[in-house]
Amino acid sequence: MNLNNNEQSALQAAKKAYWNANITVVLILMGIWFLFGCVLSIFAVDQLNKIKLGGFPLGFWMAQQGTTIAFIFVIFAYVLIMKKLDVKFLKEAGIKEKDLPPPAEH
Amino acid sequence: MDIQAWTYLIVGISFALYIGIAFVTRVRSTSGFYVAGHGVPAIFNGMATGADWMSAASFISMAGIISFTGYTGSVYLIGWTGGYVLLALLLAPYLRKFGKYTVPDFVGDRYYSSVARLVAVLCAIFVSFTYVAGQMRGVGVVFSRFLEVDINTGVVIGMVLVFIYATLGGMKGITYTQVAQYVVLIIAYLIPAIAISHVMTGHWIPQIGFGAKMTGVDNAGIYLLEAIDQIHQDLGFPEYTASFVPGHKSMIDMFAVTLALMVGTAGLPHVIIRFYTVKNVHAARWSAFWALLFIGILYTTAPAIATFARVNLIQTLHEKTYEQRPQWFKSWERTGLIAWVDKNGDGKIQYHNGAAFEGKPALQQNEDGSPVLGAFQEPLLTNTVTEGANELYVDRDIMVLANPEIANLPAWVVALVAAGGLAAALSTAAGLLLVISSSMSHDLGKSILNPNMSEKQELMWARCAAGGAVILAGYFGINPPGFVAQVVAFAFGLAASSFFPVIILGIFSKRTTKEGAIAGMLTGLGFTTAYIYYFKFHNPAAGPEGWWFGISPEGIGSLGMVINFVVTLAVTAVTPAPPKEVQDQVENLRYPSV
Repeated sequence: MNLNNNEQSALQAAKKAYWNANITVVLILMGIWFLFGCVLSIFAVDQLNKIKLGGFPLGFWMAQQGTTIAFIFVIFAYVLIMKKLDVKFLKEAGIKEKDLPPPAEH
Repeated sequence: MDIQAWTYLIVGISFALYIGIAFVTRVRSTSGFYVAGHGVPAIFNGMATGADWMSAASFISMAGIISFTGYTGSVYLIGWTGGYVLLALLLAPYLRKFGKYTVPDFVGDRYYSSVARLVAVLCAIFVSFTYVAGQMRGVGVVFSRFLEVDINTGVVIGMVLVFIYATLGGMKGITYTQVAQYVVLIIAYLIPAIAISHVMTGHWIPQIGFGAKMTGVDNAGIYLLEAIDQIHQDLGFPEYTASFVPGHKSMIDMFAVTLALMVGTAGLPHVIIRFYTVKNVHAARWSAFWALLFIGILYTTAPAIATFARVNLIQTLHEKTYEQRPQWFKSWERTGLIAWVDKNGDGKIQYHNGAAFEGKPALQQNEDGSPVLGAFQEPLLTNTVTEGANELYVDRDIMVLANPEIANLPAWVVALVAAGGLAAALSTAAGLLLVISSSMSHDLGKSILNPNMSEKQELMWARCAAGGAVILAGYFGINPPGFVAQVVAFAFGLAASSFFPVIILGIFSKRTTKEGAIAGMLTGLGFTTAYIYYFKFHNPAAGPEGWWFGISPEGIGSLGMVINFVVTLAVTAVTPAPPKEVQDQVENLRYPSV
């Protein structure tokens, strides 16, 4: 791709913004992952078990049901947010769909 | 029709289906063989990943383990699902963008070194073999119980089947077979769960049922989980839902094991390789979502089955006379997976905490080979009985398979569960065999030994390697090395302490050098191997008092991972930065197609 200086710097700025946003999203979602997977299910399980959710002690429910459900939502959120970031990046970088190289064939 | 006729019918139909699919999807190119031509739709890849991931261990053993360990068993639920979050957020999209065939491909290219590639190949092969031997054994167990053929014949039938569809269809054949296998295994898992939930609690959804009140005669109106806690207390078991009390794991060990399982899952080559098969990065992310959704359906059902099975088991057997024992008890007694010793001579089964006798049941035999029977017609054992009040031995692997019979479900449901167990074991075995075959032909053959190999030759090699791997796996299935069960922890620890840190750093830090990566992989691996070897084989008596920080060998992979990270970063800091091309390649992984 031949780009002039303006296009080049727009591309660099877009790349930087995209990667920073990506890191932020991943860190936040990893925080939720840790919260459910380790804090609510393990570290705080005794405290949570004092609360009852129907017949479930809450900590026990978190460990055997809640975290799995939360993890599914974490990945779902990731897929949607990244799709938005991808679209925004391509727009800011001035890349049109037709300029994209075809998907790699190996 | 009886159970056996139904099993022949349902298993036969499912096998015919798998072979038919393999024939339709057979391939002629290496790209088709290794990664299904990068053309698998995300939702199908999600199902295939689910079947690939859920092995005989997930299908047959997991609910059984939870049933016997209660809260502590949650490590498998949290660890094995949490690993998919790591895969989705940190690995899958970038590895798909990288766009080659195998994990050693990535390690070798990113770290510009055939030494790094070779270390990765050896790890991939070792991890996969550890796993595959267990799968073939699982196939043998299902065959021997439900089709009443010899375990070895069962393993051979399984081998032939996997051989046909793995060598014919490669990754493409395996993928679409796995889609079918997912459907079979999930139906087989859910139908008995739903039926039992309804019988015991009046709820059709097992995930709700196991937190609901019981409807039966004995404990009507009491919450199921409260009933089981009470029963456990009465019989001297640790409370089912309680945490960290004696008899359960400690908090630090729960954490270490969970983390090792999460990171290990994300580092397993046969799981990672599945994300290479989709069209693009976006599809790789969707695949991770679909995969966890499909896995989550089984993983949220498993703890419900575990609770139902536990209550059912105790209510059906405890303080009941041996003569009145149910039919399923008789069938499993023949396989040696359930046994009774009458310690107090009252002819009734007493079930309490602690082992009934030492070791696994071994039958006393007359000279003509028939079993020696006791006062109540029970087969007598040669084992030394223990002091405790417990008279019952139950292998936890039978819980899922026996559950439909315990709950009096019709014969076709029992047969379906057998077909589901086979689908789970075969789909995982096939995925693992592909990793072994591609490591041999692509990473070792083409990339290291003979780069001039033509595509046709490489494909030939790949098929031969797959065939050889099937035979070797079958051999281990028939002659299981005594340590199979113990090395499962090894596979996860190994994956966690070798691949995961190196792949993550390879993506998120351009500066990481080949010296760093190689040193990190070797120290992480070396430490984890030494720790597991010492506490599992060399001096098992030293644990748990001797465990470092109270971490069991199952959880030590998390410490190995930390060591790998530290060593890689430290060595990187004192070695020259990677070449510009490599840094550009890493840069390129991070952005949507530019």
